[in-house]
Amino acid sequence: MNITLNGAARQTAAATLADLLTEQGFGQKVATARNGDFVPVPLRATTPVTEGDRIEVVAPMQGG
Amino acid sequence: MPVFYGVEVSSALMLGTAQYPSPAIMAQAFRASGAGIATVSLRREQGGGQAFWDLIAGLGVRVLPNTAGCHTVKEAVTTAHMARELFGTPWIKLEVIGHTDTLQPDVVALIEAARILTAEGFEVFPYCTEDLTICGRLLDAGCQVLMPWGAPIGSGRGLNNPFGLRSLRAQFPDVPLVVDAGIGLPSHAAQAMELGFDAVLLNTAVARAGDPAAMARAMARAIEAGREAYLADPMEPRDMAAPSTPLIGKAFLT
Repeated sequence: MNITLNGAARQTAAATLADLLTEQGFGQKVATARNGDFVPVPLRATTPVTEGDRIEVVAPMQGG
Repeated sequence: MPVFYGVEVSSALMLGTAQYPSPAIMAQAFRASGAGIATVSLRREQGGGQAFWDLIAGLGVRVLPNTAGCHTVKEAVTTAHMARELFGTPWIKLEVIGHTDTLQPDVVALIEAARILTAEGFEVFPYCTEDLTICGRLLDAGCQVLMPWGAPIGSGRGLNNPFGLRSLRAQFPDVPLVVDAGIGLPSHAAQAMELGFDAVLLNTAVARAGDPAAMARAMARAIEAGREAYLADPMEPRDMAAPSTPLIGKAFLT
């Protein structure tokens, strides 16, 4: 299945967003959005990943 | 000391965490400044998120996440939700940028985003202009603090419109006011505090100084001096000289 992860084309076998984070090796300190909508931690395990999804995984970073 | 949404912070200096030469220098600058609040952001995870978070957590300051770079209401609202989960705070520095070169806020979108986020339990710190009407609308939307720019972000130009900032202070005497952006020198920060502002938020002026820790300390001192001067009720300026030394009793020597 082809998705876009943080702007880059990726292939994944993950069924859910939680699976995707594990598969791609992300740590705990991240927040997620699917197709522009925020997905809170409790919903990751039940949020499906489907063909063409745009997934964003963000982390704390420097800011002004 | 300033109180934001019921929380008193230990310093009127709010300091950004970006653009320092190294994480160690950033930490030194924070220690030197005594800043009570650190602004942070969210970016795509490329490794390093946890390390940065550990560094921030070690500073012992309150965290104010921003929505920097967002240009639409939806982007800003979604970013705020991600920030609240990630940083565990309802505080959000709400930026909705309307102009690429000046980074001037899109104040119409800002008001809409502020209304949405306030209704969802956020405590919004809006990055705004000094327009009295817009600021009134932000308060109507539920904001309990206003953060007008001094000058464009990163420009270091100081306060472009002291008159407007003074008017804002007079219009909203009980609302915490922060000059956010445009500060380049301690004198700029002092001027903001002399106008009666409650705090100053800056980043580039410290991070891009040759010695960030020294500049952070200088900023903190200027902010303290400006605040003390405001509370001391400064004299009114006048056009003509008024001799400070008494004339009575001067020797007649011609």
